[in-house]
Amino acid sequence: MHLHKFEKIWLAFGIITLLVFLGIVGVTAFAQGQTPAGGLDIIDPEKVDTTAPFDKPGVRKINDNTYEVVIKAMTYGYEPSEIQVPAGKEIIFTVTSKDVVHSFTIPNTKVNMMVVPGRISHKSYTFEKPGTYLTLCNEYCGTGHHFMYTEIEVVEE
Amino acid sequence: MIGNSERKLALSNIAVAYTAFLIGTFCGLIQVFMRNDRLELPAWLDYYQVLTAHGVLLALVYTTFFIYGFLITGMSKSLGTFGPKVRLWSWIGFFVTLIGTVGATIEIISGRASVLYTFYAPLKASGWFYVDLALLIIGTWIMSFALIGHYMQWRRKNPGVLSPLFAYMTMATFALWIISCLGVVAAVLFQYIPWAFGFVDTINVELSRSLFWYFGHPLVYFWLLPAYMAWYLVIPKLVGTKVFSDSLARLSFLLFILFSIPVGFHHQLGEPGVSDFWKFLQVTLTFMVVIPTLMTAFSLFAVFETSGRQKGAKGLFGWIGKLPWSDIRFTSIFIAMAFFIPGGAGGIINASFQLNEFIHNTLWVVGHFHITVGTPVAMTFMGISFWLIPYLTGRTLGKTTKKLAYVQIASWSIGMILMSSAQHVLGLLGAPRRTQYSHYNDNPTVLGWFDGFFSNTATIAIGGTILFFSAMLLIVIVLRLWFVEPRSLENDLYAEFPIAESDSSATPKWLENWWIWIGIALALIIIAYAIPITHLIQDAPPGSKGFINW
Repeated sequence: MHLHKFEKIWLAFGIITLLVFLGIVGVTAFAQGQTPAGGLDIIDPEKVDTTAPFDKPGVRKINDNTYEVVIKAMTYGYEPSEIQVPAGKEIIFTVTSKDVVHSFTIPNTKVNMMVVPGRISHKSYTFEKPGTYLTLCNEYCGTGHHFMYTEIEVVEE
Repeated sequence: MIGNSERKLALSNIAVAYTAFLIGTFCGLIQVFMRNDRLELPAWLDYYQVLTAHGVLLALVYTTFFIYGFLITGMSKSLGTFGPKVRLWSWIGFFVTLIGTVGATIEIISGRASVLYTFYAPLKASGWFYVDLALLIIGTWIMSFALIGHYMQWRRKNPGVLSPLFAYMTMATFALWIISCLGVVAAVLFQYIPWAFGFVDTINVELSRSLFWYFGHPLVYFWLLPAYMAWYLVIPKLVGTKVFSDSLARLSFLLFILFSIPVGFHHQLGEPGVSDFWKFLQVTLTFMVVIPTLMTAFSLFAVFETSGRQKGAKGLFGWIGKLPWSDIRFTSIFIAMAFFIPGGAGGIINASFQLNEFIHNTLWVVGHFHITVGTPVAMTFMGISFWLIPYLTGRTLGKTTKKLAYVQIASWSIGMILMSSAQHVLGLLGAPRRTQYSHYNDNPTVLGWFDGFFSNTATIAIGGTILFFSAMLLIVIVLRLWFVEPRSLENDLYAEFPIAESDSSATPKWLENWWIWIGIALALIIIAYAIPITHLIQDAPPGSKGFINW
């Protein structure tokens, strides 16, 4: 099969760029731990209210630098509705759904995960600045979808 | 001129396509004004119903029927008139697809299926909605197999000869379509239908999502490949030259079969149930599609430049002036291609593993597919319509209609630049997609979204209005080409099927050994999907019962 000389140069340039690009994405993901949200834990979607840790949703201190926030998503809101976390600490969000698929999304941060019934999503994030952070659902969940939101208070320690 | 039956078949497909286009674009107009908080719907209709109809009618129905209209015509043109069996099964396929489409539309409009076109469980539409979806897809399979039969007859009559490029590309498109539909058909038949009719109580949600996206990404290549056929075959003819390289054109289509299917997890990067390893593997496979894309870009520019130089162009960029800008069939498709440059760049961002979190399910994504399927694909189909409809109706593209067509293409471009730029910017700021107007209780973050020149719902509404004007103009053009324009005379350029010569004398024969390529495609699918899908089935949580949240 004949390849024009310019096409060889063009494709070689493209393929090398692609490999460098994938290399960077791979290194930041697996060597530096910058992976998207996810999680392999499962839960009975009918029994969320009685299953740990969702029987006691809210903020929990794991150690001096780490907090876990356990949240239940449902049409059309999040429980608990008031969340307060410290700035500058690692916050691990642990979220599941009691009914349909939702999302747990904090605009202007890296927190943007799907919440699927039967499964538990995790995302770790550190808020640098105190303030009130809007948190909303960006996966269609019914006629009240656009009313599904909450706010997270990030406070100075 | 092709056979009478194929003509009717192709025109019937195109008629359904433009009917869907008419209703679907009207739904789009309603949406931009609702998102701008300037319109309230009557109580029996809600935003998400309109949104579902817009997505299904434009992304699934307009594209699918138009594609079959185009491919049926081209297959008859390049391989000869259909035999009685091919004709019969093509008609059966057409009607099955049509029944599915009409049924699904009725379910959506009557409010029994406000589940959007991705129909994510456990939102539960009426069982008939899923039956209709299955019919829609099975109908397209019947039409595809009818055309595959036509191709096989030709191969038997011409042993050892490479098929014409149009037929080859059609077969590659069908290979991709049939393999990718297996996922959604499995989900609909074995998961959704038994669940929606109450034979089983619960559904495995993450499995259904994964099967959907196994289909959902190659779906976009099913739209794109017929547009590429016009880029590879029609454009060289219109600029007065040949296909740049027959073998590279064939190879790029094969690479699309290989690398468009085992990649669906890049739509599910931020969700639980699939480990990072499988997500990243599929991201890597996703990006392999860059290679055939670069090959296509090279071929196209090579065609432009060679034709310009043949016409005496000088200097590095002199050939640009020699392109046939006064031919709307060319100019429309050229603009469509230009839109694909930012469209493709945006796609790279979307699939970039971590970067996906910034834009997932924001308005950015909506902006993205309006400058991929909504312009490069749709405007190529418009450009094809300008000669395909006259070709099929035996009419010509007259002066007035040609002027209207320029206005139509220009207004679509301007409307789309305004609307999709605004959507991209709003998405970067965090505004969610698939969401009716909401200021989230006057939240300052949200109010800040709408201050900019582009980050503004008014810009979306203005763009959307221009687009709707353009869509209606296109309907007028289609009707004129169908019923009003004068009959074409002999040697009328605008009443021809422009298809460039392709020199296949140096093309290796193994490029048309389908079993090798389908085998490699299946092997890649098994590598990318077997283990994570098994995991989703074996380690599944208790299933979800259905919810009707509308």
